[in-house]
Order: sequence, then C-alpha cells, then structure tokens
Amino acid sequence: MQEATVLVASGEIAGLIGPNGSGKSTLLRAVYRHLRPRVGTVLVGGHDVWRSSPRLAARRTAAVPQERLGDMDVSVRDMVAMGRIPHKGPFETENAEDASAVREALERVGLLGWEGRKLSTLSGGETQRVLIARALAQRSAVLVLDEPTNHLDVHHQLELLELIRTLGFTTLAALHDLNLAAAYCDRLHVIDGGCVVASGPPAEILTETLLADVFSVGASITTSPRTGKPVLSFYPLEVARSIPSPLS
Amino acid sequence: MVGLLAGLTVAFTASVSLGPLPIPPLTVWRILLHHMTGLGRPTGWTRVQDDVVWDLRLPRTLLGVVVGAGLTATGIVTQALVRNPLADPYVLGISQGASVGAVASIVFGLGAFGALSTESAAFLGAAGAFVLVYVFARRSGSMAPLRLVLAGVALGFAFNGIAHFLVLQADTPGQTNTALFWLLGSLANGRWGQLRWPAGVLAAGTVVLFAKARALNALMAGDETAASLGIQVERLRRQLLGLASLLTGVMVAVSGSIGFVGLIVPHALRMIMGTDHRWLIPAGILGGAAFLVAVDIVARLALQPQELPIGVVTGVIGAPVFLLLMARRRDLGGGP
Repeated sequence: MQEATVLVASGEIAGLIGPNGSGKSTLLRAVYRHLRPRVGTVLVGGHDVWRSSPRLAARRTAAVPQERLGDMDVSVRDMVAMGRIPHKGPFETENAEDASAVREALERVGLLGWEGRKLSTLSGGETQRVLIARALAQRSAVLVLDEPTNHLDVHHQLELLELIRTLGFTTLAALHDLNLAAAYCDRLHVIDGGCVVASGPPAEILTETLLADVFSVGASITTSPRTGKPVLSFYPLEVARSIPSPLS
Repeated sequence: MVGLLAGLTVAFTASVSLGPLPIPPLTVWRILLHHMTGLGRPTGWTRVQDDVVWDLRLPRTLLGVVVGAGLTATGIVTQALVRNPLADPYVLGISQGASVGAVASIVFGLGAFGALSTESAAFLGAAGAFVLVYVFARRSGSMAPLRLVLAGVALGFAFNGIAHFLVLQADTPGQTNTALFWLLGSLANGRWGQLRWPAGVLAAGTVVLFAKARALNALMAGDETAASLGIQVERLRRQLLGLASLLTGVMVAVSGSIGFVGLIVPHALRMIMGTDHRWLIPAGILGGAAFLVAVDIVARLALQPQELPIGVVTGVIGAPVFLLLMARRRDLGGGP
C-alpha cells in the first residue's frame, strides 16, 4: 500500500472498494492498529493512532477484521465482553457499566438472550452480529469493518448493512459488492494497486470508465427510482469486451 | 471453584495419610496444626508418625501441589501462546531442553558442571532451549503461533535425541536408572529445601498471569482482533514465552519431565468452566495441584513397594483421556 489519503467524516459510512490485492485490508489494519504504516499517519478524532497507547486507540476505534480463527468454544457473552477490554485495568473486575454495555450491545444487534450460546453453534450472519456487538460494547466512535458481508446470504448481507447504518458509528468498511457499497455508503474510496484512485459519493464515483479501468468489468449503471442510489448490472466479460468503449 | 478447593484438600489429606504406614487423616491434621502453630499436645501421635508426616510426606505432597499447579499454569500459557486448546508445554521444546541439562549432569557427574546440581543443570537446559526457540520462531520481528510450534517441536525432538544419547553414555546402571527416572518424572525427592524456587516462581507467575487474563482471552480470538482491542500482540507473545519457559524450567528442574498435566487439566477445566482465563487460571492452579497429588498417590501405592515414575502414570491416564477429548471436538472433523 502506497501513501494514500482517506478522509472519513464523522458519522458517515465510507466504503473502501477495489480489486483483490489492491490494499484495502492493509489500509484497514493500519487503522485498527494491527499493521504499523512505514510512512504517514492515521488520525482518529484528531488523535494519532500510532502515537497513542494501544488501549487508548482501541477506546476510539473498534474493528471487525476478516480473520475467523480462534477458539470457537467461547460464548456469545464472553465474545461481546471482550469489547470492554480496552477499558479495564489488569485486576479490575466487571462493573455495572460493563454489564450494561454488553447488554445494550446485544440488544441493538437483536441478540439479547443469546448470551449463553457458543459461537460455534451460530450461523455466519449471527456470528457477524456478535462481532458487531463486541464493537458496540467497546463504545468507540469509529468502526472499521473488513469485508463484513463475505459468506453471508443476500438477506443477511442487507440486514447487516442496514444494522450498521442505524448504529451511528463513523464507519470505514471494505466491501467487495459494489451494489451494496453504492446503496449503503455515503462516500466511496477506490483503491487500486496500493493507491487511492478516486474518492466521492457513489453516484459520482461509479462510472463505466472506473469499472473498466479498476475492476476490468463492464456494467450498465442506472439510478434506482426507489432508493435514488446507483444500481450496477454487470455484463458478462465477453459481452463487455465486444462493446467499443469499456474494455477495449 | 469451591469443588476444586475441596478436591485439593481431599487429595492433599489422602496423600499425607496414605502410604506403607497409614496414618488417620485427623491425626495428620493435628500434626500439621502442631507444627505450624504450636497448638495441641504432641501426645496424640507417635514420633514416627510425626516424622513421616512432616519430613517425608508433607514436602512430597506440597511439591505435588506446586508442580501440578505450575505445569497446569504453563499449559494454559502455552495454549494461549499457540492459540490451540490442545497444545502442551512440550510443544515448545523447553522441557526437553531441561532434560538434556539434567541427564548431562547425572551421566557426567557433578564434576563436569562445576558445583551444579541436577536441578540447576535442568534449569540451564530450559533457559538454553528458550533462547533457541525464541531465535528460531521469530521472523521479521513477529512470532506467529505456527512458527513457534514448528520451532518448538523440532527443537524438542533434537533435545530428546541428545538426552537419550546421553543416557546411553552412562557408566553405571545406577546412573542410567537415575537418568531414566528423571526423564519420566518423579516427586520422590520432595524435600523442604526444594520447594522455595518453584513455589516462589509459581506465586509470582500466577499473579502476572492473572493480570493478563483478559489479554489472553483476546489473544485466543485472533491477532488482529486482539490488536483492535488494544493488546500489543507481539510483546504479549514474548512475555508468555518467557513465562512458560521460566515455569517449565523451574518445575521440570525439581520433578523431572512430567507430561500431559499441562494438556489434560486445562482442557478438562475449559469444558467445565468455559474459556474465560479469569476463571481458568485460578481453577487451573487448584485443579492441577489436586490432579498431580492424586496421580502421585497412585504412583506411590499402585505397585507397592515399587514406586512408579509419575510420568508413567500421567501417560497411562493421559493418553486415553487425550484421545477421548479429541474425539469429542467438533472442529477436528469428527463426532456429532
């Protein structure tokens, strides 16, 4: 990932889109303090993430990374309670604030009452909601999501993004699905080959030229009468190649 | 937790009561009370009973408590370190390194190592193994679990080979026996003087571990997740490796290499108490202590008057238990 500038306004949902290997995950890892950038700074709420202590940074930024390793024997409650870690000292016990943070988080994602379930027994969509609940329990202002809708069926993809929209975090999400990105993001940042090649509202950014140059696909782009958002209908690659302008 | 404490008390009492000279439990406690507080009249028991309890069985039982707790704590640390609930301290190669040190000092005699005792040699072996594992497991500043396991297992095999080779260099059958007994682990040398270091390191280690309990929970969820929760993952891994090595070195130095405790006890406790390290650590200390004391009773009495090396008993119990645990785990691809 080369030096890039990505600005996310408070309260907005910003989407990072780009082909595989373009550097989206790398950028996000620098934001949630997993990968130190060799050059440049990451500022969250005006604070330099890499100059703050990790705990302080974690109080400001929560993340749902792509990784799914880990001990699946953990309970829903324990996973969500991990969101309180940045707020707790070494020997501090759980207090009322922790309990209410966990409870409220579960409530907002619609999983109140699921505390005792083991993560291994949940579906993909339910697991994602648990991880979002963990981020909620962290009580941060910013949420970073790396491909949150991968492996989810259509209903759960929409459900998850609509949930995120109601939560009010300042959100930075890497998304593969361009239609979802168009429908749910306030701004898009396009990453290609380690550089940010375009930034702006979806309607401005998503053009046939961009799709051809960055994603090597052709599509017809219309605006949905119901939602007012751009809708992309992708052509098969052969068809796209036969059209004079896009992929020639 | 209360159950574990009760279990430990029962095992402790049984261990001090049982033996070639059985002593009633109540008498045992009265002797202990007398020694510790001066209360009670020393007429309710014989001199022989007093010696057996205080000088022979109590140190041995206490050693079992300390080593059992220490090995279990090490198991918990190792499992968090390599992010696998089925890992054992052996996976890090440290105890095998300690074996090399101990066997070398037994076979070549104290002279070759100056004034070093077997215990110190074992500890040095563990320290050396730690350095090697650390060096080999790191790559560009980070220490991924897989690399750690590979380095630890490979070095463990190497150390084992060296240790066994050294056993073959023994001059006398007596040395061979001592070396083999050491390799299989024993609490037979429980003496009061031996308890200081292991008990001290265990106490300090437990405090440190408990302070990091939440960080360990986060680590189990994944490196990126832990980082996003404010954990300094690489620093924590280094600290855990150091802690595991220190605990292993100290425990193995006094009791030889005892296998499976660090694997079975944490795993069994996880099934009962869940995965939260704030409960797992105290439970591990109590459960591990109770377990090893109970195993030692079997080792002492099963084939009386012959004493079984404790590693044999843990192996005979441990292997079937491990296989059973493996069969029950869904994520290994088998079972309902």
